[in-house]
Amino acid sequence: MKNPLAQFNKAFENRIRLQIMSVLVANVNYDFNSLKELLELTDGNLASHLKSLEKEEYILINKTFIGKKPNTQYSVSEKGKTAFAKHLDALENLIKQQKTP
Amino acid sequence: MEEKDIHSELASIRSLMERSTKFLSLSGLSGVLAGIYALTGAFIGYSLIIEKYSDLTISDSYSINPSIYHQLYGIAALVLSLSILTAILLSIRGAKKKGENYWNPVSKRLMTNMAIPLATGGLFILILIAKADYQFIAASSLIFYGLALIAASQYTYADVKYLGSCQIVLGLLAAWIPESGLLFWAAGFGILHIVYGSIMHFKYKQ
Repeated sequence: MKNPLAQFNKAFENRIRLQIMSVLVANVNYDFNSLKELLELTDGNLASHLKSLEKEEYILINKTFIGKKPNTQYSVSEKGKTAFAKHLDALENLIKQQKTP
Repeated sequence: MEEKDIHSELASIRSLMERSTKFLSLSGLSGVLAGIYALTGAFIGYSLIIEKYSDLTISDSYSINPSIYHQLYGIAALVLSLSILTAILLSIRGAKKKGENYWNPVSKRLMTNMAIPLATGGLFILILIAKADYQFIAASSLIFYGLALIAASQYTYADVKYLGSCQIVLGLLAAWIPESGLLFWAAGFGILHIVYGSIMHFKYKQ
């Protein structure tokens, strides 16, 4: 039998990265500070997870300024959307397999 | 990975998707209070009209004496400001109780989506007043308010859509029977708000 864990996406093994993706998939874009508040993370923690998602090319970054304040908006890329959907499918399969051993 | 881990993972995904797209701190109580303000305002308005004309129908005869309209606008403006203030204060209180920031991307989207039909309606009503065309004021306030609610419903409880649709229907009726405009206005802003607010309060009370 095929191991369902093989389809699991390493990038989403971390709960926080999965949560970031959930928010970005549901919204057109989301800014750094609002993400930080929503997920109750520190600046450094959130930034490092965003960086790793960026490295995978799962998210797009748009840096602008509102007045003098930097405003960084994040959105999900096509690649990220597909990866997220696949990961959800894998979770679903895992549940199904456990129900019918 | 354990099954209960997967379920908790999925639950956290679902909750985040909902919390990041919907503002769920709107209070049913503010609806009830807005309804009470509106009914009080409508009652005072009626008393003013009865005192002067001993007749409830709003008709052309009032145009001869626009001062009564100025009093009615004053009441309407007061009801509107009190209702908005109550809704905002109670929403902020609700968000704080849940430990959320009330000024987040969702509440911003909610406000901008409501502001567009509301500002359009407000300007439209000001134009009607400027042209001394009074008969469609009640109708337009109901219709534009209903449109604003439907626009807002995407970003909060979906039930808001039903309240919006009912307001639009009442607004169209008020346009059809402008003599009873104030009655429809009281039904929409008063009774509907109280009914809706009570339903929401009991449906979503934690």
